[in-house]
Amino acid sequence: MKAAKCVVALAVYLLACVPAFGADAVKIGAILSVTGPASFLGEPEKNTLVMLQDQINAAGGVNGRQVEVIVYDDESDVNKCVMAAKKLLDQDGVAVVIGPSISGNTLAISKFFSSAEVPLVSCAAAEKIVRPVDPWVFNTPQLDRHAVTSILQDAKAKGYAKLAILTVSDGYGQAGRGVLKELVPARGFELVADEVYGPKDTDMTAQLTKIKGAGADAIICWGTNPGPAVVARNRAQLGLSTPLYMSHGVASNKFIELAGDAAEGLVLPAGRLVAVDQVPADHPQKPVLEAYVAAYTKAFGPQISSFGGYAHDAFALVMEAISMGGSAASSDIRDNLEKISGFAGTSGVYTYSPENHNGLDESAFIMVTIENGGWKVAN
Amino acid sequence: MIWLAAFFGVLMLAPTLLPNNYYLTILILGCLHAMNAVGLCLLVGHAGQISLGHAGFYGLGAYTTSYLSATVGLSVGLSMLAGVGLTVVVAVLVGLPSLKLKGHYLAMATLGFGIILSILFTETVDITGGPSGFVGIPRLTLFGWELRKDVTLFRLVALVLCLFVWLSFNLLHSRVGRALRALHTSERAAEAMGVDIANYKLLVFVLSAAFSGFAGVLYAHYLTFIAPSSFGFMFSVELIVMVVLGGMVSVPGAIVGAFFVTVLPEFLRAFENVEVLLFGAILVLCMMFLPDGMAGGWRRLLDWGKARLSGASHG
Amino acid sequence: MDPSSLLQYLITGLTLGSTYGLTALGFTIIFNTTGVINFAQGEFVMLGGMMSVYFMHALGLGEPAAVILAVLGATMAGALVERLAIRPVRDCPAINLVIITIGVSILIRGLAMLLWGKDTHALEPFSGYQPIMFLGAAIMPQAIWVLAISLFLLGALKLFFSGTIHGKAMLACSYDPKAASLVGIGVQRMVLLSFMISALVGAVGGVILAPITMTSYDVGIMLGLKGFAACILGGLGNPFGAAAGGVILGVLESLGAGFVSSAYKDALAFVILLILLFVKPSGLFGLKDSKRV
Repeated sequence: MKAAKCVVALAVYLLACVPAFGADAVKIGAILSVTGPASFLGEPEKNTLVMLQDQINAAGGVNGRQVEVIVYDDESDVNKCVMAAKKLLDQDGVAVVIGPSISGNTLAISKFFSSAEVPLVSCAAAEKIVRPVDPWVFNTPQLDRHAVTSILQDAKAKGYAKLAILTVSDGYGQAGRGVLKELVPARGFELVADEVYGPKDTDMTAQLTKIKGAGADAIICWGTNPGPAVVARNRAQLGLSTPLYMSHGVASNKFIELAGDAAEGLVLPAGRLVAVDQVPADHPQKPVLEAYVAAYTKAFGPQISSFGGYAHDAFALVMEAISMGGSAASSDIRDNLEKISGFAGTSGVYTYSPENHNGLDESAFIMVTIENGGWKVAN
Repeated sequence: MIWLAAFFGVLMLAPTLLPNNYYLTILILGCLHAMNAVGLCLLVGHAGQISLGHAGFYGLGAYTTSYLSATVGLSVGLSMLAGVGLTVVVAVLVGLPSLKLKGHYLAMATLGFGIILSILFTETVDITGGPSGFVGIPRLTLFGWELRKDVTLFRLVALVLCLFVWLSFNLLHSRVGRALRALHTSERAAEAMGVDIANYKLLVFVLSAAFSGFAGVLYAHYLTFIAPSSFGFMFSVELIVMVVLGGMVSVPGAIVGAFFVTVLPEFLRAFENVEVLLFGAILVLCMMFLPDGMAGGWRRLLDWGKARLSGASHG
Repeated sequence: MDPSSLLQYLITGLTLGSTYGLTALGFTIIFNTTGVINFAQGEFVMLGGMMSVYFMHALGLGEPAAVILAVLGATMAGALVERLAIRPVRDCPAINLVIITIGVSILIRGLAMLLWGKDTHALEPFSGYQPIMFLGAAIMPQAIWVLAISLFLLGALKLFFSGTIHGKAMLACSYDPKAASLVGIGVQRMVLLSFMISALVGAVGGVILAPITMTSYDVGIMLGLKGFAACILGGLGNPFGAAAGGVILGVLESLGAGFVSSAYKDALAFVILLILLFVKPSGLFGLKDSKRV
């Protein structure tokens, strides 16, 4: 009898979870890494989407229709991501999907979207996602190529000649490594060391010792938390003073928290969101940035992160496409996304086209230095 | 055998009852997991050996066929055969030295083997695509005929599962089955009676590995995408949970256990993070209180029911 | 390779190896008293680190207090595990015990995940970050703590087992439980004690290592497995073998990462484990040769 009561209670609870949106609502799916090692990406992204959904519905929706965002957590696991994608496409019948949060997951599911003819606007930064262009796949973060270019410009200016790279063996790291190995020699530097570490590794002193022996002028570390924090700490523990660049994957306060004092002096490219108050008042992104920071801080507290911005831009761009074309059909959304030009988002100013599904370039980045536990725009 | 035919019938009808394609995905995965579980049940319940690395065989079959069909360009049929074949060869190579060990030594050896494979899948990026997985595996194509619809593929998977169950039953009711029961009860006695225990242990080990390898091959060509995280230690543990839940000696129990473990995450979506805890709890509680698993519990329930009825009629 | 790099690898290896050694010691203590391999040993190491983080952040305690409380908490967890999961099923066949301890390990991990989340956490080193330079290699002060505390624990345990009545009683249980109980030793109590000591040793290992490698809910698996490999390397049942095995494993792993490939360094421990199990299960300093297997 007790078991039966439990089953009934569970059934009632599950049924009650059905949200109260009309049948006419525009259904937008989202697959985000809300939990797991990439939760620093997925959690702010999910918060942002929920916040924007409420915001836009309160203002009357888009084209007079309410917006329903269905978010699935892939737990940073590529298999759960595949299952979530199937669920959104087969069961929920969404018009467009935002996410996933990580590059590896995006690459795993992108084929499903081209065969289902539903657009996917990813919040992951690997270049492979949008080059070669898949007609149905877009992304909003600045590309790893732009980040590498920004770093190399800074290195050139500081007169470094020999560079070492230390990358993580996951999708994001591998993609970055590919771009680094291409651009470092192409820009006139000598690549003296190419080390790799695993996503769950807790000790990179071996790799750093090898790099030290190779005599690099600077090290570029490409990964997402917690690896780069370990690298930063190991570097301090080994007493290495070689300048260390990070990728934009660690442009969040969690990195500073994990790396502690070892984060001081590290340089990385970041979107303008991390240092809003240092952005000049006449910059086209300023109003968007300030509005987002204000709304997010009011709803969730002062934990703003540039990664939430990726989801913000994805949502804003999709809304723009829907209202531009007056239609929320998947193929129309896709066509209209490609027509968007000069749209100011939190990560940069977007101009999409049939050949360019990323919409940004290096100007979307600013170089920042970590000083006193905060972000300081470098000049 | 009747229940096997009935089971097959139910499976064939099932797709028509499901509201959409997503549930079909779950059903197919359940059948694939059941294939793994049936093999493991033979090994753990009947031959009395433990394997904590069976996910490795699942992955070996999947990656071999993916690499051969997508990268090398062999036909899907050949790749599948090669996938199962390689799994069998590796099982023999690993089984020969390992099965001499007992108890926790065997557990550790199989665990170590499973983890080494898992690391290989993750690190040999050029062959396997690394942690981001292997994309672009061709769909299942038999004799030139591509199984485009998921339903057709499901019917094939269900057929193979029933075939494996039939094979297992035949095995258990044959001389091999009797030898296994003897060796499970007492290895020394069996050996004294002339039962070649080393051979039989190896046979069951390789057979269960072959079941897993075959399931892996089907999995790869169904999902057209595989990643190392499906073939790690956690999956090996899930397989053990399936077998334990089903009652270690019961083949139908293993199938029920497999479906239960496959479907459970769907219900737990509302309660995040409880999955891992639940599996641990199931393992501990089942082993302590319900060593016969659900099959045993079911049997005891039936017996209790019968006793009550006959007791009632006797007044 | 220049000598300072080699020295650096050695130091890293020694530091990591000490933790493997402490974990291996935990395995050995329980095995010696009960004949059970406790797969959940790695989780005690995890509990040490994670509980410290929890006590510091949630309750705002200072690091020394948090650390001591964490070790005590893990010891209690060890007692609970013995009482609830092991004692009722002492006479089960080996397979069942293996599955139960695996279940316990997953259970603890699941609880940790629920209570403390999946994030990685950092713990402050006991005496600061400034590395000590020695012949071109950098030694973290924390590494010296790790080595010192490990040696201290090893010495204390040796004294306990050979010097005190409880220690000798525990050894008696491992030789022959029936004879031990005939002589008046409370075998059940000794088993409980062994679990508590193992948990304590594991937790201390976790606490001293966490400042170097950071901690999260799932560090237990790998540490436990490598600890077991170290056990086998040193000879199952021999506490000094366990500690030595841990150090050797750590150094081999570090040298492998440095000279061969950093990607496969985890696999190295398991390859060594497999080779040992197949060829010489009694390990380097093993006691008896064929009986155990």
